[in-house]
Amino acid sequence: MNIHIQAGRLIDPANKIDGQFDLYLQQGQVAAVGEAPDGFIAEQVIDACGQVVCPGLIDLQAFLREPGQTQKGSIASEGAAAAAGGVTTLCCSPVTQPVLDTPAVARLVQDRAAEAGNVRVLPLAALTKGLEGEQLSNMVSLKEAGCVGFSNAGFGVASSQTLLRCLEYAATHDLLVFVRPNEPILGSGCAHDGAMAMRLGLEGIPEVAETLEVSRYLLLAEQAGVRLHFGQLSCERSIQMVEQARDRGQQVSADVAVHQLLLDDSFLEGFDGRFHLLPPLRSEGDRAGLRAALVRGGIGALSSDHQPHEAAAKAAPFSVTEPGMIGLQTLLALGLKLVDQELLSLPQLIGIVTAEPAKILGVELGQLAVGAVADICIFDPDQSWKLDSHSNRSQGSNTPYWNQPLTGQVSHTLLAGELVYQL
Amino acid sequence: MNPNRDSLQLQLNAQGQLRHFLTTEGLNRELLTDILNTADSFVDMGAQSVKKVPLLRGKTVVNLFFENSTRTRSTFELAAKRLSADVLNLDIATSATTKGETLRDTLWNLEAMQSDMFVVRHPNSGAAHFIAQHVTPNVAIINAGDGRHAHPTQAMLDMLTIRRHKGDFRELRVAIVGDTLHSRVARSQIHALKTLGAAEVRIISPKTLLPRDVDSLGVKVYSDLGQGLKDVDVVIMLRLQLERMNSAFLPSQGEFYKLYGLTRERLAVANPGAIVMHPGPINRGVEIESEVADGAQSLILKQVGYGIATRMAVMSMAMSGQQVGSELSSLTP
Repeated sequence: MNIHIQAGRLIDPANKIDGQFDLYLQQGQVAAVGEAPDGFIAEQVIDACGQVVCPGLIDLQAFLREPGQTQKGSIASEGAAAAAGGVTTLCCSPVTQPVLDTPAVARLVQDRAAEAGNVRVLPLAALTKGLEGEQLSNMVSLKEAGCVGFSNAGFGVASSQTLLRCLEYAATHDLLVFVRPNEPILGSGCAHDGAMAMRLGLEGIPEVAETLEVSRYLLLAEQAGVRLHFGQLSCERSIQMVEQARDRGQQVSADVAVHQLLLDDSFLEGFDGRFHLLPPLRSEGDRAGLRAALVRGGIGALSSDHQPHEAAAKAAPFSVTEPGMIGLQTLLALGLKLVDQELLSLPQLIGIVTAEPAKILGVELGQLAVGAVADICIFDPDQSWKLDSHSNRSQGSNTPYWNQPLTGQVSHTLLAGELVYQL
Repeated sequence: MNPNRDSLQLQLNAQGQLRHFLTTEGLNRELLTDILNTADSFVDMGAQSVKKVPLLRGKTVVNLFFENSTRTRSTFELAAKRLSADVLNLDIATSATTKGETLRDTLWNLEAMQSDMFVVRHPNSGAAHFIAQHVTPNVAIINAGDGRHAHPTQAMLDMLTIRRHKGDFRELRVAIVGDTLHSRVARSQIHALKTLGAAEVRIISPKTLLPRDVDSLGVKVYSDLGQGLKDVDVVIMLRLQLERMNSAFLPSQGEFYKLYGLTRERLAVANPGAIVMHPGPINRGVEIESEVADGAQSLILKQVGYGIATRMAVMSMAMSGQQVGSELSSLTP
């Protein structure tokens, strides 16, 4: 279908574009920017006057819960939430049942995503079989089955020798290794190990549970010569370690879940299970440190760390609730809070949720040059809305932002030139 | 954004009266003093031949123990009976109720039986808050210990013990000794002591048993027992769970006793007339020397008696506050 997106403010950071340009789409690709190509007849015109037109968002971490935990969410439901949030590409976690450690499961996930047709799903595969930290997964076969990265997803690899071999094997085939650093025993608590956890009597997760794993992976990756991406870092110190490694020339990047820049452990007051997250909400100092790192460019991307749950999973005393919050549909709106708070310009925000994560993944997405895949998000940066039972598309409603005023409403999402969401 | 910031008010009704008793944190000095005064009157009553009062006549109190505790449960049971309540004791194996739905279902079933008060002990921190806020807000909840978080009736009976034997909190130095990391008793004591204006609260623990950032509660932290006990008026020993040795918190009972055991010799550095307390059950020769536990300065057995009076005070106050609260909310459209 030929689509003409009219009179919007086009922000395409990869191509250094920020201005009022029309966009012309043909056969799922960008046909022209600014002037219509010769003989272009629009079958649909989208009036984007007063709106921002940008590449579809790329989220490096979302749990879709399928296969195996469809009481929490499905690829179709969470994909719909992504589309409603302007997210056109997401990396899904290998934590499924069965674990995403075989080409069969990888294909199943992508087939389901294709059937639902609302978001491009790029699977992360397990680094070790069953995420058990003992045997290498079939990384090359998994890559051939569409997996874009390999991760042990917060499960430990106890033996450093095994981990080194995983990293060396990945390096051999130039595969990207994702790390969600949390030393499993030190990190077995349910809240940041600080004054709040002490007062509430909650078992703490100390910073070293994260920083120890960051340093271990960095040192082993340096020896193996593999590319690393740290996902959802929560400690200021972790970011500093990643920046230092990068300064030494190591190929390493990092993302932070957007809510970690807005919330801290003070919100745990009163044992509200919606704030039970993993990685946990850290101290006010960590939050300030992450925000400073964002400003100086030390954070490569913002992720949603979307984790839908059924209501019962959160209806319990804090420590026995399941960790995580939904975030796909609010990724952009929460990012816009950072713009509102003057940490980032609007184009910078769009860059770290589009072009930058695309660069980390090494995919040709997240930009809108002529010939690019027409993954597009159109939003009104000033329109207020609420995530509530009417607007929510996720199967889960577990987020502290439920029913809270948000600014920045997505009006259209296009996936390869097809409209997959319209307000 | 966060409606729970005022959750410390969860235990009060609109008139500022106690309607649940979940934690000593956030309650003001007047209310804590009120509890102590009421408890005092019940202590005196306990000495009489007729020990019952009709304050809870016709009310049903359910003791819900998700964790074993014969001693605490017995004192709650006696307290409820002396207030003329009907009492139901339920010991619920934790394994069957680790899922939230089960806990909620259990409580809703009991609520449907017209229960008026739940006395809850639970292994998870925040369990009593969760029940009061999300499960059965119209049943008065008394926290009989939740995880590491709070054990407010124990703390208040300790405050009663201190007040009856040492008088004005503002002139007292109090030391809490032992495993503060895992201790809900210590947390509740610290909040109560700070609110009641104790001159100084000290924590004496090895680093492995010390909660992070505990100094943010306004306590002084010591790792040496001799230094920490110097010039104190009250020594509160905490119970050491013997399984701590297996999880590498401590090398051995023997070494713990050597460093943190309360002996006559160690107690000598405290002020003359210092009192010794312990929430029980005590491990003789691990936390405390028998001669000290049974000695003239020890109030350990007195504490048990004060426990009944304190629980009677809290139960009668919360029941009355809950009734007023329910009437108020039924009047508001």
